[in-house]
Formats: sequence, C-alpha cells, structure tokens
Amino acid sequence: MSKLEKVKNNLFLQLFWTFFKLGLFTIGGGMAMIPLIQDIVVDKKKWMTEEEAVDCIAVSQGLPGVIAINMATYIGQTKKGILGAIVATIGVILPSFIIIILVIKVLAGIGENRYVNGALAGIKAAATGLIAYSAYKVGRQVLKGPFQWVLALLSFVAIAVFSVNAVWAIVAGILAGLIYTAVKEKKNGNGGESQ
Amino acid sequence: MIYLKLFLVFAKIGVFGFGGGMAMLPMIYQGAQSFGLMSADEFSNLVAISQVTPGPMAVNAATYVGFNCAGYAGAFAATLGVAMPSFLLVTLACYFISKFKESKAIEGAFAGIRPVTVGLIGAAVIFMGQSAFETISLVPCLITLGTVILVGKFKVSPIAIVVAAGVIGAILCG
Repeated sequence: MSKLEKVKNNLFLQLFWTFFKLGLFTIGGGMAMIPLIQDIVVDKKKWMTEEEAVDCIAVSQGLPGVIAINMATYIGQTKKGILGAIVATIGVILPSFIIIILVIKVLAGIGENRYVNGALAGIKAAATGLIAYSAYKVGRQVLKGPFQWVLALLSFVAIAVFSVNAVWAIVAGILAGLIYTAVKEKKNGNGGESQ
Repeated sequence: MIYLKLFLVFAKIGVFGFGGGMAMLPMIYQGAQSFGLMSADEFSNLVAISQVTPGPMAVNAATYVGFNCAGYAGAFAATLGVAMPSFLLVTLACYFISKFKESKAIEGAFAGIRPVTVGLIGAAVIFMGQSAFETISLVPCLITLGTVILVGKFKVSPIAIVVAAGVIGAILCG
C-alpha cells in the first residue's frame, strides 16, 4: 500500500473530511443534513446499514442539542470510539466556526454600508417567513389534539409575550407529556391506546 | 469570567435545545440577552447571516456571540459549550440504544416536548419579526409574505429565496 493510499484509508481522516464537507455544504442546518448523511454513510462509505442509520437519526433528533453534532458524534463513536467521535464533531463544526468569524470580520471591515444593510434587511424578512413556515410545517405534524394545541399555545405566549425562559417551557412540556401519557395509559387499561 | 460564562450559557442551550435550530432560537436569544451579550437587532443579524452561511444554526450562533464578546477564545468557549452536551449524551445513548428506543418515559417526555417545540418556533418568528419589521415598510413585508408562499406552495429552495431576498433588499431597502 502506498503512503497516499494509507492516508486515504485512515478512518479518522475519512471521518474528519466527510463531516467537514457536510458542515461546509449544508445550508439550512441539521435537518437538511439528514438525507446527505444517509447517502454518504450508508450508500457510499458503507459505514452503517440502513437500519443503523435510522437508529442514528432517531437518537440524533430525539436527544437535545445540535442535530448535526449529534449525528457526527454517533457515527464517529460507532466507527472509532471516543476519538472518532471527537474527530467527526470537530469536522462538522469547523466550517461554521471559520466562516462566521470571516463574515464578522468582513462586515466589520465594510462598516456601515447601505447596500449591506439593505441586503441584511431583505434576508431578515425572508428568514422570518422561513421560520413562520417551519412553525406551520412542524405544527401540522404535531398538533393533533387539544393537548398539543394548548401546550404549543401556552409555551408560545409564555415565551413571546411574557418573556418566560424557553428552558422552563421545555421542562414544563416534559412534565406535561409524562403526566399526559401516564393518564392516557391508565384510562386505556393494558390494551394500549388506539390511535 | 467571560469564557466560563459563554461556555455555560451555550452548554445550557445544548442541554435543553430540542427540535433543531429554529426551535433553539428563543433559547439562543434569551441566553445571549440575559448576559447583555446581544440586542434584538444583533440577534436578527445573526439569524440572517446563518441563513446564507453553511452549518448548524446553533454553532453559528455560538461562534458569533462568542467572537463578538471575547474574540477567538470566546468563540471557542461558546462553541465548545454548545457541542459538549450533545457529545456526552450521544456517547451515552450509543451504549443504551435499545433501551433508549423502547423507554416509556422518553416516549412520554416527547409527547410534551414536540408541541412545545411548535410554540418555540412560533416565538422565534416574533423575535425575528421585531427587528425585521422595526419600521413597518412595504418591501420587508412583501418579502416575508412572498417567502411563505414560495417555500410553502411552490417548494422553492430556501437558499434561492434568501439569496434573492438579499439582492432585492440591497436594491430596494439600501
């Protein structure tokens, strides 16, 4: 095996490079990354089976935190243990880190410029629309009954109107969810619920 | 000490941030604001920049806030903070994957977390809108409305929309 091949076949380097590219080319965050990761990890690199990848996505979405970091950690961990997880995580973070610092420096260098400010105003308006649509899309999936509606509206009003810390909304949601499922299960006996 | 503070603020976001970048926005806003790290206007700048730069929103936010507060080391501390909880929790979950999937408690918790996530994203719209429509003018309102229609009805790529909005903004709002 030549030296170059050895380097190419080094799994740590592959993990780093794969996740570096993912971090560099996915605009739109972790959700946008999911299909790409599936394609690379399952079809191209064959690091995981289809089923393992589904587990990885479930865990990454289920746990708190940045979804892209969750997936990088999971895949790195299963391939090469803790060190693999560290390498993959650094890979996925590094592009953001470098690019954001560059953007700050460039913007600071430009200073007050009406075209830059105008462009930012336009992007802000578009971003507001994108977030609104995302709320609608997630809402359509999640808000299936009065329990879900009440919880969503309460947390919205608490945070947006009364400036309640979002952490408390999450904690309250966890408690409400635990009580809700426990009560529902009791009502339905052992037969379980019928959706 | 500013580095520790940055680390802790973003570690908290890492621990309680469910549901992806958009749902994490209110937490990022409040977390940064509570330490006087960020105004509403700066927050919306950050979100705008995150829309046109690659990578996860929360990492962009950590780098942005950290760098503006305390330079490179600040950016490093904040980014490390937001990544650390993920790192630890996922590593644990890898070992308990089967239990994790079948756990009744986790299922129950998520019955509550999911609706709250919708409320969080809704609150993010308000935080964003505060700055985007600071002075009520026609062009931003039309861009927002157009974005919702284009992405929702015509499935146009968000990146294309954001780039177009930037160009339109530079010409009409500049």
